[in-house]
Amino acid sequence: MELICPAGTPASLEAAVEAGADAVYCGFRDETNARNFPGLNFSREELKKGIAFAHRHGVKVLVAINTFARAGSFGLWQAAIDAAAAAGADALILADLATLDYAARRHPAQRLHVSVQAGAANPDAIRFYAESFGARRVVLPRVLNVMEIASIARESACETEVFVFGGLCVMEEGRCSLSSYATGQSPNMNGVCSPASHVAYAERDGRITSTLGGFTINSFGKGEPAGYPTLCKGRFASPKSSGYLFEEPVSLDAAVMLPALREAGVTALKIEGRQRGRAYIAGVVRSFRGILAALDEGRQVQTPGLAAMAEGQASTVGAYRKGWR
Amino acid sequence: MPEAETTELRVMPPRLPSWLSRAVAPLPLAPLQPALALMLARIGRAHPELYDRLGEHAEKRFGIDPTDLPFAFVLEPRPARPLARAVRTLPGGLDASIHGPLAGLIGMAEGTLDGDALFFSRVLRVEGDVAASLALRNAIDDARIDFGKLLLGSFGPLGARLADAVRERMRALPVAGGSSWN
Repeated sequence: MELICPAGTPASLEAAVEAGADAVYCGFRDETNARNFPGLNFSREELKKGIAFAHRHGVKVLVAINTFARAGSFGLWQAAIDAAAAAGADALILADLATLDYAARRHPAQRLHVSVQAGAANPDAIRFYAESFGARRVVLPRVLNVMEIASIARESACETEVFVFGGLCVMEEGRCSLSSYATGQSPNMNGVCSPASHVAYAERDGRITSTLGGFTINSFGKGEPAGYPTLCKGRFASPKSSGYLFEEPVSLDAAVMLPALREAGVTALKIEGRQRGRAYIAGVVRSFRGILAALDEGRQVQTPGLAAMAEGQASTVGAYRKGWR
Repeated sequence: MPEAETTELRVMPPRLPSWLSRAVAPLPLAPLQPALALMLARIGRAHPELYDRLGEHAEKRFGIDPTDLPFAFVLEPRPARPLARAVRTLPGGLDASIHGPLAGLIGMAEGTLDGDALFFSRVLRVEGDVAASLALRNAIDDARIDFGKLLLGSFGPLGARLADAVRERMRALPVAGGSSWN
Protein backbone atom coordinates (compact mmCIF):
# COMPACT_ATOMS: atom_id res chain seq x y z
CA MET A 1 0.00 0.00 0.00
CA GLU A 2 1.20 3.52 -0.81
CA LEU A 3 1.68 6.05 1.97
CA ILE A 4 0.17 9.44 1.06
CA CYS A 5 1.41 12.24 3.28
CA PRO A 6 0.42 15.86 3.87
CA ALA A 7 2.49 18.99 3.27
CA GLY A 8 1.40 22.54 4.01
CA THR A 9 4.75 24.12 3.17
CA PRO A 10 7.82 23.27 1.07
CA ALA A 11 9.70 22.41 4.26
CA SER A 12 6.95 19.97 5.22
CA LEU A 13 7.04 18.43 1.76
CA GLU A 14 10.75 17.75 2.17
CA ALA A 15 10.14 16.39 5.69
CA ALA A 16 7.49 13.99 4.35
CA VAL A 17 9.75 12.82 1.53
CA GLU A 18 12.65 12.25 3.91
CA ALA A 19 10.41 10.40 6.39
CA GLY A 20 9.35 7.83 3.80
CA ALA A 21 6.29 9.08 1.92
CA ASP A 22 5.38 7.40 -1.35
CA ALA A 23 3.43 10.49 -2.34
CA VAL A 24 2.87 13.94 -0.86
CA TYR A 25 -0.31 15.95 -1.30
CA CYS A 26 -0.44 19.72 -1.10
CA GLY A 27 -2.37 22.72 -2.42
CA PHE A 28 -2.08 26.27 -3.66
CA ARG A 29 -2.15 29.30 -1.41
CA ASP A 30 -5.79 30.17 -2.10
CA GLU A 31 -9.35 28.93 -1.67
CA THR A 32 -9.01 26.15 -4.24
CA ASN A 33 -7.87 23.68 -1.60
CA ALA A 34 -9.46 22.56 1.64
CA ARG A 35 -6.64 23.76 3.90
CA ASN A 36 -6.66 27.45 3.06
CA PHE A 37 -5.06 28.54 6.34
CA PRO A 38 -2.88 31.60 7.10
CA GLY A 39 0.77 31.13 6.20
CA LEU A 40 0.15 27.76 4.61
CA ASN A 41 0.33 26.24 1.12
CA PHE A 42 2.32 26.66 -2.06
CA SER A 43 2.94 29.36 -4.62
CA ARG A 44 3.17 28.20 -8.25
CA GLU A 45 6.96 28.41 -8.08
CA GLU A 46 7.15 26.54 -4.76
CA LEU A 47 5.02 23.75 -6.22
CA LYS A 48 7.34 23.38 -9.20
CA LYS A 49 10.37 23.18 -6.93
CA GLY A 50 8.59 20.82 -4.55
CA ILE A 51 7.64 18.46 -7.38
CA ALA A 52 11.22 18.51 -8.68
CA PHE A 53 12.53 17.69 -5.19
CA ALA A 54 10.03 14.88 -4.69
CA HIS A 55 10.68 13.38 -8.11
CA ARG A 56 14.43 13.38 -7.47
CA HIS A 57 13.63 11.11 -4.51
CA GLY A 58 11.17 8.93 -6.40
CA VAL A 59 8.17 10.41 -4.61
CA LYS A 60 4.95 11.55 -6.29
CA VAL A 61 3.17 14.86 -5.66
CA LEU A 62 -0.62 15.04 -5.70
CA VAL A 63 -2.19 18.50 -5.84
CA ALA A 64 -5.46 19.02 -3.98
CA ILE A 65 -7.82 21.43 -5.75
CA ASN A 66 -10.70 20.04 -3.82
CA THR A 67 -13.04 22.84 -2.90
CA PHE A 68 -16.25 23.55 -4.80
CA ALA A 69 -15.93 26.32 -7.39
CA ARG A 70 -17.79 29.48 -6.57
CA ALA A 71 -20.27 30.69 -9.18
CA GLY A 72 -18.72 33.44 -11.26
CA SER A 73 -15.17 32.64 -10.18
CA PHE A 74 -14.51 29.35 -11.93
CA GLY A 75 -11.40 30.87 -13.51
CA LEU A 76 -9.58 30.57 -10.18
CA TRP A 77 -10.13 26.80 -10.12
CA GLN A 78 -9.32 26.44 -13.83
CA ALA A 79 -6.08 28.36 -13.35
CA ALA A 80 -5.13 26.14 -10.41
CA ILE A 81 -5.75 22.99 -12.47
CA ASP A 82 -3.71 24.36 -15.38
CA ALA A 83 -0.86 25.40 -13.07
CA ALA A 84 -0.74 22.05 -11.27
CA ALA A 85 -0.72 20.16 -14.57
CA ALA A 86 1.99 22.45 -15.97
CA ALA A 87 4.09 21.96 -12.82
CA GLY A 88 4.13 18.22 -13.42
CA ALA A 89 1.75 17.06 -10.70
CA ASP A 90 1.42 13.29 -10.62
CA ALA A 91 -2.29 13.59 -9.91
CA LEU A 92 -4.93 16.20 -9.18
CA ILE A 93 -7.29 15.61 -6.26
CA LEU A 94 -10.67 17.06 -7.23
CA ALA A 95 -14.18 17.03 -5.79
CA ASP A 96 -16.35 19.41 -7.80
CA LEU A 97 -17.93 17.91 -10.96
CA ALA A 98 -17.07 21.10 -12.86
CA THR A 99 -13.38 20.87 -11.93
CA LEU A 100 -13.30 17.17 -12.81
CA ASP A 101 -14.94 17.88 -16.16
CA TYR A 102 -12.56 20.76 -16.92
CA ALA A 103 -9.46 18.77 -15.96
CA ALA A 104 -10.54 15.71 -17.95
CA ARG A 105 -11.22 17.76 -21.09
CA ARG A 106 -8.30 20.20 -20.85
CA HIS A 107 -5.67 17.76 -19.59
CA PRO A 108 -6.75 14.30 -20.78
CA ALA A 109 -3.42 12.71 -19.88
CA GLN A 110 -3.50 14.03 -16.31
CA ARG A 111 -4.19 11.45 -13.61
CA LEU A 112 -7.26 12.44 -11.57
CA HIS A 113 -8.19 11.38 -8.05
CA VAL A 114 -11.62 11.92 -6.51
CA SER A 115 -11.25 13.84 -3.24
CA VAL A 116 -12.81 12.70 0.00
CA GLN A 117 -14.79 15.94 -0.29
CA ALA A 118 -16.81 14.35 -3.12
CA GLY A 119 -18.26 11.87 -0.63
CA ALA A 120 -18.19 8.96 -3.09
CA ALA A 121 -19.15 6.12 -0.78
CA ASN A 122 -20.52 3.40 -3.05
CA PRO A 123 -19.48 1.57 -6.24
CA ASP A 124 -22.07 3.32 -8.42
CA ALA A 125 -20.85 6.78 -7.46
CA ILE A 126 -17.24 5.71 -8.01
CA ARG A 127 -18.11 4.20 -11.39
CA PHE A 128 -19.68 7.50 -12.40
CA TYR A 129 -16.43 9.38 -11.64
CA ALA A 130 -14.32 6.75 -13.39
CA GLU A 131 -16.49 6.56 -16.52
CA SER A 132 -17.29 10.27 -16.81
CA PHE A 133 -13.88 11.75 -16.05
CA GLY A 134 -11.44 8.85 -16.17
CA ALA A 135 -10.78 9.11 -12.42
CA ARG A 136 -8.11 6.61 -11.44
CA ARG A 137 -8.49 6.71 -7.67
CA VAL A 138 -11.13 7.63 -5.12
CA VAL A 139 -10.41 8.79 -1.59
CA LEU A 140 -13.15 7.13 0.42
CA PRO A 141 -15.11 9.17 2.96
CA ARG A 142 -14.56 8.30 6.58
CA VAL A 143 -17.98 6.70 7.01
CA LEU A 144 -17.18 3.13 6.03
CA ASN A 145 -16.14 0.10 8.04
CA VAL A 146 -13.48 -2.28 6.73
CA MET A 147 -16.01 -4.78 5.34
CA GLU A 148 -17.72 -2.04 3.38
CA ILE A 149 -14.35 -0.83 2.10
CA ALA A 150 -13.50 -4.36 0.99
CA SER A 151 -16.80 -4.61 -0.83
CA ILE A 152 -16.25 -1.27 -2.57
CA ALA A 153 -12.64 -2.14 -3.47
CA ARG A 154 -13.82 -5.39 -5.10
CA GLU A 155 -16.44 -3.64 -7.20
CA SER A 156 -14.67 -0.32 -7.64
CA ALA A 157 -13.85 0.92 -11.10
CA CYS A 158 -10.68 2.53 -9.74
CA GLU A 159 -8.13 2.43 -6.93
CA THR A 160 -9.17 3.21 -3.36
CA GLU A 161 -7.40 5.41 -0.81
CA VAL A 162 -8.40 5.70 2.85
CA PHE A 163 -7.42 7.93 5.75
CA VAL A 164 -5.46 6.24 8.52
CA PHE A 165 -4.39 9.10 10.78
CA GLY A 166 -5.29 12.67 11.69
CA GLY A 167 -8.25 14.94 12.10
CA LEU A 168 -11.74 13.55 11.77
CA CYS A 169 -14.81 15.25 10.41
CA VAL A 170 -18.37 14.35 11.35
CA MET A 171 -18.86 12.05 8.41
CA GLU A 172 -20.50 14.63 6.18
CA GLU A 173 -17.55 14.95 3.85
CA GLY A 174 -18.05 17.78 1.38
CA ARG A 175 -21.47 18.59 2.76
CA CYS A 176 -20.71 20.08 6.16
CA SER A 177 -21.93 23.63 6.68
CA LEU A 178 -21.44 23.91 10.44
CA SER A 179 -18.53 26.32 10.01
CA SER A 180 -20.66 28.45 7.68
CA TYR A 181 -23.35 28.90 10.29
CA ALA A 182 -20.85 30.43 12.70
CA THR A 183 -18.49 32.27 10.34
CA GLY A 184 -19.92 32.40 6.82
CA GLN A 185 -16.99 30.30 5.60
CA SER A 186 -16.79 26.56 5.06
CA PRO A 187 -14.16 24.03 3.99
CA ASN A 188 -16.27 23.20 0.93
CA MET A 189 -16.44 26.68 -0.54
CA ASN A 190 -13.61 28.64 1.07
CA GLY A 191 -11.20 25.87 1.94
CA VAL A 192 -11.26 26.59 5.62
CA CYS A 193 -13.20 25.08 8.49
CA SER A 194 -13.51 27.34 11.53
CA PRO A 195 -11.26 30.07 10.08
CA ALA A 196 -8.60 31.31 12.46
CA SER A 197 -9.75 34.89 11.87
CA HIS A 198 -12.99 33.99 13.67
CA VAL A 199 -11.39 32.07 16.55
CA ALA A 200 -10.57 33.50 19.96
CA TYR A 201 -9.19 31.94 23.12
CA ALA A 202 -9.60 33.31 26.63
CA GLU A 203 -7.69 31.96 29.61
CA ARG A 204 -8.75 32.41 33.21
CA ASP A 205 -7.36 30.59 36.23
CA GLY A 206 -6.00 27.82 34.04
CA ARG A 207 -9.28 27.27 32.21
CA ILE A 208 -9.27 28.08 28.51
CA THR A 209 -12.43 28.91 26.57
CA SER A 210 -12.54 28.80 22.77
CA THR A 211 -15.02 30.77 20.71
CA LEU A 212 -15.82 30.71 17.01
CA GLY A 213 -17.62 33.68 15.46
CA GLY A 214 -18.65 34.71 18.95
CA PHE A 215 -20.13 31.31 19.85
CA THR A 216 -18.54 29.48 22.74
CA ILE A 217 -17.27 26.16 21.42
CA ASN A 218 -15.62 24.58 24.40
CA SER A 219 -14.03 25.20 27.76
CA PHE A 220 -11.13 23.09 28.95
CA GLY A 221 -10.25 22.85 32.63
CA LYS A 222 -6.71 23.18 33.91
CA GLY A 223 -4.59 20.43 32.38
CA GLU A 224 -7.46 18.98 30.32
CA PRO A 225 -6.32 18.18 26.76
CA ALA A 226 -7.72 20.64 24.23
CA GLY A 227 -9.24 20.25 20.77
CA TYR A 228 -9.75 22.36 17.68
CA PRO A 229 -12.40 25.10 17.93
CA THR A 230 -14.80 23.47 15.47
CA LEU A 231 -18.56 23.35 15.99
CA CYS A 232 -18.69 19.61 15.38
CA LYS A 233 -16.47 19.09 18.41
CA GLY A 234 -18.18 21.67 20.57
CA ARG A 235 -19.24 20.81 24.09
CA PHE A 236 -22.92 21.62 24.38
CA ALA A 237 -24.49 22.56 27.70
CA SER A 238 -28.03 22.03 28.86
CA PRO A 239 -29.44 22.96 32.27
CA LYS A 240 -28.80 19.40 33.44
CA SER A 241 -25.51 18.44 31.84
CA SER A 242 -22.91 19.18 29.20
CA GLY A 243 -21.25 16.95 26.65
CA TYR A 244 -20.33 16.31 23.05
CA LEU A 245 -23.24 15.87 20.66
CA PHE A 246 -21.55 15.34 17.29
CA GLU A 247 -18.05 14.18 18.03
CA GLU A 248 -15.45 14.29 20.77
CA PRO A 249 -12.12 16.03 20.22
CA VAL A 250 -10.18 12.98 19.04
CA SER A 251 -8.06 12.07 16.02
CA LEU A 252 -8.23 9.04 13.78
CA ASP A 253 -5.49 6.47 14.36
CA ALA A 254 -6.13 3.36 12.27
CA ALA A 255 -2.63 1.90 12.64
CA VAL A 256 -4.09 -1.30 14.09
CA MET A 257 -6.38 -1.63 11.07
CA LEU A 258 -3.60 -1.68 8.47
CA PRO A 259 -3.51 -5.47 8.05
CA ALA A 260 -7.29 -5.50 7.55
CA LEU A 261 -7.16 -2.57 5.12
CA ARG A 262 -4.50 -4.34 3.09
CA GLU A 263 -6.65 -7.46 3.08
CA ALA A 264 -9.57 -5.30 1.93
CA GLY A 265 -7.64 -4.36 -1.21
CA VAL A 266 -6.96 -0.72 -0.40
CA THR A 267 -4.34 0.87 -2.68
CA ALA A 268 -3.22 3.81 -0.59
CA LEU A 269 -3.23 5.08 2.99
CA LYS A 270 -3.59 8.77 3.69
CA ILE A 271 -2.37 10.83 6.61
CA GLU A 272 -4.34 14.00 7.36
CA GLY A 273 -2.66 17.19 8.53
CA ARG A 274 -1.49 19.72 5.98
CA GLN A 275 -2.06 22.36 8.68
CA ARG A 276 0.40 20.66 11.04
CA GLY A 277 4.08 21.43 11.50
CA ARG A 278 7.14 19.57 10.25
CA ALA A 279 7.49 17.72 13.55
CA TYR A 280 4.05 16.11 13.17
CA ILE A 281 4.62 15.21 9.54
CA ALA A 282 8.06 13.71 10.07
CA GLY A 283 6.99 11.79 13.18
CA VAL A 284 3.69 10.40 11.89
CA VAL A 285 4.99 9.54 8.42
CA ARG A 286 8.05 7.76 9.87
CA SER A 287 5.81 5.79 12.23
CA PHE A 288 3.48 4.59 9.48
CA ARG A 289 6.42 3.82 7.19
CA GLY A 290 7.73 1.58 9.96
CA ILE A 291 4.40 -0.21 10.30
CA LEU A 292 4.17 -0.78 6.55
CA ALA A 293 7.71 -2.16 6.53
CA ALA A 294 6.78 -4.56 9.32
CA LEU A 295 3.69 -5.65 7.40
CA ASP A 296 5.69 -6.23 4.23
CA GLU A 297 8.22 -8.34 6.11
CA GLY A 298 5.57 -10.34 7.91
CA ARG A 299 6.66 -9.00 11.29
CA GLN A 300 4.16 -8.35 14.00
CA VAL A 301 2.81 -4.81 13.75
CA GLN A 302 3.47 -2.74 16.82
CA THR A 303 1.47 0.43 16.69
CA PRO A 304 3.37 3.59 17.51
CA GLY A 305 2.30 5.88 20.30
CA LEU A 306 0.90 8.81 18.40
CA ALA A 307 -1.78 9.92 20.85
CA ALA A 308 0.37 12.85 21.92
CA MET A 309 0.03 14.20 18.37
CA ALA A 310 -3.74 13.73 18.37
CA GLU A 311 -6.45 16.29 18.92
CA GLY A 312 -7.54 16.05 22.54
CA GLN A 313 -4.59 13.67 22.93
CA ALA A 314 -7.01 10.83 22.25
CA SER A 315 -7.44 8.54 19.27
CA THR A 316 -10.13 6.42 17.67
CA VAL A 317 -10.35 3.94 14.83
CA GLY A 318 -13.46 5.84 13.78
CA ALA A 319 -15.91 4.11 11.47
CA TYR A 320 -13.44 1.36 10.54
CA ARG A 321 -14.71 -0.55 13.55
CA LYS A 322 -18.28 0.48 14.11
CA GLY A 323 -19.06 -0.59 17.63
CA TRP A 324 -22.37 1.25 17.61
CA ARG A 325 -23.90 -0.91 14.91
CA MET B 1 13.95 -1.43 5.79
CA PRO B 2 13.31 0.69 8.88
CA GLU B 3 12.32 -0.98 12.11
CA ALA B 4 8.69 -0.68 13.14
CA GLU B 5 8.32 2.36 15.36
CA THR B 6 7.46 1.39 18.89
CA THR B 7 8.28 4.45 20.93
CA GLU B 8 5.93 7.27 21.82
CA LEU B 9 6.51 10.52 19.98
CA ARG B 10 7.57 13.10 22.50
CA VAL B 11 5.83 16.44 22.69
CA MET B 12 6.22 17.65 26.25
CA PRO B 13 9.03 20.23 26.43
CA PRO B 14 10.83 20.71 29.73
CA ARG B 15 10.71 23.86 31.81
CA LEU B 16 13.92 25.65 32.68
CA PRO B 17 15.02 25.13 36.28
CA SER B 18 13.63 27.78 38.58
CA TRP B 19 17.10 28.65 39.86
CA LEU B 20 18.08 29.72 36.36
CA SER B 21 15.00 31.87 36.03
CA ARG B 22 15.74 33.48 39.40
CA ALA B 23 19.39 33.96 38.46
CA VAL B 24 18.66 35.89 35.28
CA ALA B 25 15.77 37.93 36.72
CA PRO B 26 17.87 40.81 38.09
CA LEU B 27 19.96 41.16 34.94
CA PRO B 28 19.39 44.27 32.81
CA LEU B 29 17.62 43.74 29.50
CA ALA B 30 19.46 46.52 27.66
CA PRO B 31 22.35 44.27 26.51
CA LEU B 32 19.81 41.91 24.90
CA GLN B 33 18.35 44.54 22.60
CA PRO B 34 21.22 44.87 20.07
CA ALA B 35 21.58 41.08 19.92
CA LEU B 36 17.86 40.71 19.21
CA ALA B 37 18.01 43.38 16.50
CA LEU B 38 20.98 41.65 14.93
CA MET B 39 19.25 38.27 15.08
CA LEU B 40 16.09 39.60 13.44
CA ALA B 41 18.05 41.32 10.68
CA ARG B 42 19.91 38.07 9.97
CA ILE B 43 16.66 36.11 9.80
CA GLY B 44 15.11 38.67 7.45
CA ARG B 45 18.10 38.55 5.11
CA ALA B 46 18.41 34.76 5.15
CA HIS B 47 14.69 33.98 4.85
CA PRO B 48 12.90 36.58 2.71
CA GLU B 49 10.22 33.98 1.90
CA LEU B 50 9.11 34.25 5.50
CA TYR B 51 7.45 37.58 4.70
CA ASP B 52 5.51 36.06 1.79
CA ARG B 53 3.97 33.56 4.18
CA LEU B 54 3.24 36.19 6.82
CA GLY B 55 1.48 38.38 4.24
CA GLU B 56 -0.66 41.05 5.90
CA HIS B 57 0.31 39.70 9.32
CA ALA B 58 3.90 40.92 8.89
CA GLU B 59 2.73 44.35 10.05
CA LYS B 60 1.33 43.04 13.32
CA ARG B 61 2.82 43.14 16.83
CA PHE B 62 3.46 39.80 18.48
CA GLY B 63 4.29 38.96 22.06
CA ILE B 64 6.47 35.92 22.66
CA ASP B 65 6.30 34.88 26.28
CA PRO B 66 8.62 32.12 27.52
CA THR B 67 6.71 31.31 30.70
CA ASP B 68 9.78 29.94 32.46
CA LEU B 69 11.84 33.10 31.92
CA PRO B 70 11.43 36.36 33.82
CA PHE B 71 11.20 38.35 30.60
CA ALA B 72 9.41 38.20 27.23
CA PHE B 73 9.84 39.50 23.70
CA VAL B 74 7.91 41.85 21.48
CA LEU B 75 8.25 41.08 17.79
CA GLU B 76 7.25 43.32 14.90
CA PRO B 77 8.37 41.45 11.77
CA ARG B 78 7.43 44.18 9.24
CA PRO B 79 9.85 43.86 6.32
CA ALA B 80 10.75 47.55 6.07
CA ARG B 81 11.82 47.94 9.68
CA PRO B 82 11.70 44.74 11.74
CA LEU B 83 11.84 45.15 15.49
CA ALA B 84 12.40 42.77 18.38
CA ARG B 85 12.93 43.77 21.98
CA ALA B 86 13.02 42.13 25.37
CA VAL B 87 10.56 43.34 28.00
CA ARG B 88 9.90 42.49 31.63
CA THR B 89 6.20 41.98 30.93
CA LEU B 90 4.28 42.06 27.68
CA PRO B 91 2.71 45.46 26.98
CA GLY B 92 -0.96 46.00 26.11
CA GLY B 93 -2.06 46.57 22.53
CA LEU B 94 -0.34 43.55 21.02
CA ASP B 95 -2.15 41.87 18.14
CA ALA B 96 -1.30 38.37 19.37
CA SER B 97 0.77 36.66 22.02
CA ILE B 98 2.14 33.14 22.33
CA HIS B 99 2.91 31.69 25.76
CA GLY B 100 4.83 28.54 26.65
CA PRO B 101 8.09 27.23 28.08
CA LEU B 102 11.23 28.39 26.27
CA ALA B 103 12.07 24.86 25.10
CA GLY B 104 8.57 24.50 23.65
CA LEU B 105 8.77 27.80 21.79
CA ILE B 106 12.23 26.99 20.44
CA GLY B 107 11.23 23.40 19.58
CA MET B 108 8.22 24.65 17.67
CA ALA B 109 10.23 27.34 15.89
CA GLU B 110 12.90 24.81 14.92
CA GLY B 111 10.37 22.23 13.75
CA THR B 112 11.19 19.59 16.36
CA LEU B 113 7.89 20.04 18.22
CA ASP B 114 4.42 20.39 16.69
CA GLY B 115 2.53 23.56 17.60
CA ASP B 116 -0.92 21.94 17.50
CA ALA B 117 0.27 19.09 19.71
CA LEU B 118 1.65 21.63 22.19
CA PHE B 119 -1.73 23.37 22.13
CA PHE B 120 -3.65 20.10 22.61
CA SER B 121 -1.45 19.22 25.59
CA ARG B 122 -2.00 22.72 27.05
CA VAL B 123 1.71 23.49 27.00
CA LEU B 124 1.17 26.35 24.55
CA ARG B 125 -1.34 29.16 24.82
CA VAL B 126 -2.34 31.75 22.22
CA GLU B 127 -4.10 35.03 22.89
CA GLY B 128 -5.39 37.68 20.48
CA ASP B 129 -5.30 37.34 16.71
CA VAL B 130 -5.24 33.58 16.08
CA ALA B 131 -4.83 34.01 12.30
CA ALA B 132 -1.71 36.14 12.82
CA SER B 133 -0.30 33.58 15.28
CA LEU B 134 -0.93 30.73 12.82
CA ALA B 135 0.69 32.66 9.97
CA LEU B 136 3.76 33.34 12.13
CA ARG B 137 3.96 29.70 13.22
CA ASN B 138 3.64 28.40 9.65
CA ALA B 139 6.10 30.94 8.23
CA ILE B 140 8.73 30.07 10.82
CA ASP B 141 8.13 26.32 10.46
CA ASP B 142 8.76 26.60 6.74
CA ALA B 143 11.85 28.81 7.12
CA ARG B 144 13.80 26.16 9.06
CA ILE B 145 15.60 28.65 11.25
CA ASP B 146 18.12 27.37 13.79
CA PHE B 147 16.59 29.39 16.60
CA GLY B 148 18.51 27.71 19.37
CA LYS B 149 21.76 28.84 17.84
CA LEU B 150 20.45 32.25 16.86
CA LEU B 151 18.58 33.12 20.01
CA LEU B 152 20.74 31.59 22.66
CA GLY B 153 24.14 31.67 21.00
CA SER B 154 23.86 35.43 20.46
CA PHE B 155 23.78 36.28 24.14
CA GLY B 156 27.26 35.32 25.28
CA PRO B 157 27.80 33.37 28.52
CA LEU B 158 24.18 33.83 29.64
CA GLY B 159 22.90 32.50 26.31
CA ALA B 160 25.32 29.58 26.47
CA ARG B 161 24.06 28.74 29.97
CA LEU B 162 20.44 28.87 28.83
CA ALA B 163 21.22 26.77 25.77
CA ASP B 164 22.92 24.13 27.91
CA ALA B 165 19.99 24.00 30.32
CA VAL B 166 17.44 23.65 27.50
CA ARG B 167 19.43 20.96 25.71
CA GLU B 168 20.04 19.02 28.91
CA ARG B 169 16.36 18.99 29.71
CA MET B 170 15.32 18.20 26.13
CA ARG B 171 17.41 15.03 26.29
CA ALA B 172 15.12 13.65 28.98
CA LEU B 173 11.77 14.72 27.57
CA PRO B 174 8.73 13.19 29.22
CA VAL B 175 6.09 11.68 26.98
CA ALA B 176 2.68 13.32 26.75
CA GLY B 177 -0.28 11.26 27.84
CA GLY B 178 -2.93 9.94 25.50
CA SER B 179 -5.90 7.68 25.42
CA SER B 180 -7.88 5.57 23.02
CA TRP B 181 -11.47 6.61 22.52
CA ASN B 182 -12.69 3.26 21.30
